[in-house]
Amino acid sequence: MNDRGKIIFGLVVFIVIMTFPLWYNIANSKATYRPEPEILTKGVPGKEQCVLPTLEMKEQHMNLLNRWRDTVVRDGKRVYASPDGRKMVMSLSHTCMDCHSNKADFCDRCHNYLAVSPYCWECHIDPKELPR
Amino acid sequence: MTIDRRDFLKGAGVAALAIAAKPALDIVTAATLPEESPLVGKRWAMVIDLRKCISRKNCTACITACHKTHNVPDFGNTKDEIKWIWKEGFEHAFPDQANEYPDEALKNAPAVLLCNHCDNPPCVRVCPTKATWKRKEDGIVMMDWHRCIGCRYCVAACPYGSRSFNWRNPRPFIKELQPDFPTRTRGVVEKCTLCEERLAKGLLPACVEACEEKAMVFGDLENPDSEARKLLAGRFSIRRKPALGTQPQVYYLV
Repeated sequence: MNDRGKIIFGLVVFIVIMTFPLWYNIANSKATYRPEPEILTKGVPGKEQCVLPTLEMKEQHMNLLNRWRDTVVRDGKRVYASPDGRKMVMSLSHTCMDCHSNKADFCDRCHNYLAVSPYCWECHIDPKELPR
Repeated sequence: MTIDRRDFLKGAGVAALAIAAKPALDIVTAATLPEESPLVGKRWAMVIDLRKCISRKNCTACITACHKTHNVPDFGNTKDEIKWIWKEGFEHAFPDQANEYPDEALKNAPAVLLCNHCDNPPCVRVCPTKATWKRKEDGIVMMDWHRCIGCRYCVAACPYGSRSFNWRNPRPFIKELQPDFPTRTRGVVEKCTLCEERLAKGLLPACVEACEEKAMVFGDLENPDSEARKLLAGRFSIRRKPALGTQPQVYYLV
């Protein structure tokens, strides 16, 4: 029973092979990849500020959109006053998409990464989708 | 004419101010949104002059305008048909006008029909999700397509055939997509909303605007000075199936 060396060597080889995908992904930084939405309005005058501050938009945009939807459809109120005193029409395909006209790189990139599939676009029309 | 140093500086100052003020001006102009001057009424209704309507044979201006504005698909068969506003023979539209010898002109001409926006809407009563409801402020029978689960109770309840169900995905069957208005999706019921999205911008319904005979008059029945009220006061009008007690709000001058 003097195979200790072989057993330990075998175990080490096994562990290295088993965990290879993890190391490999860390090494080429795939594991830390996180998609960032592409913002088209950086530095465009009058468009620097979204409806709410950026962090709030990142965390709360789905709730804001739900609230907009309910206010427009159920209450018939269409004008939103943002906390910083601007007025805007509560419209996904206009107010949102006027600035973020790159649906694929703005909406879909993160949604795909997180495997969420909001059904906005089954009915609402991304102006860019229209055949020209 | 020569410009002296003083005038040049004045002019340059004004120009610089104008450039600096442009972003501020943009905000000011953006502050008057069309949505801030809506058409407001307490009881919207439609008065349709059938005589004027039938005077133009085979006219479908209102139907085309409505269906184009609202991304209504055309499946090309009556089984899947989606309709917000459509034409029907007088005797079918008004079955309780049980006159054996009706006016020849009316009898042979189709009447234009749409959702009646009833005061007592049976579709609203049966909807299990409140996807359709009557707006308290102006009487429009609204639809929330986000909330419709496609049970089709409302289709069965509506005595006027005003509601259509999307049996298939409507997107590929819309000839010309209007980006300003959503389409619907498979499994959702749809109908006329009296152009509430246009009223919100201060515009008349698309069908009223499209009618060259001015046969369709849109107005507030709670307002005694409205054109709709004056028309109804001056001429004999009928409604579809009044005996059902739904109090339809589309009136036909005959």
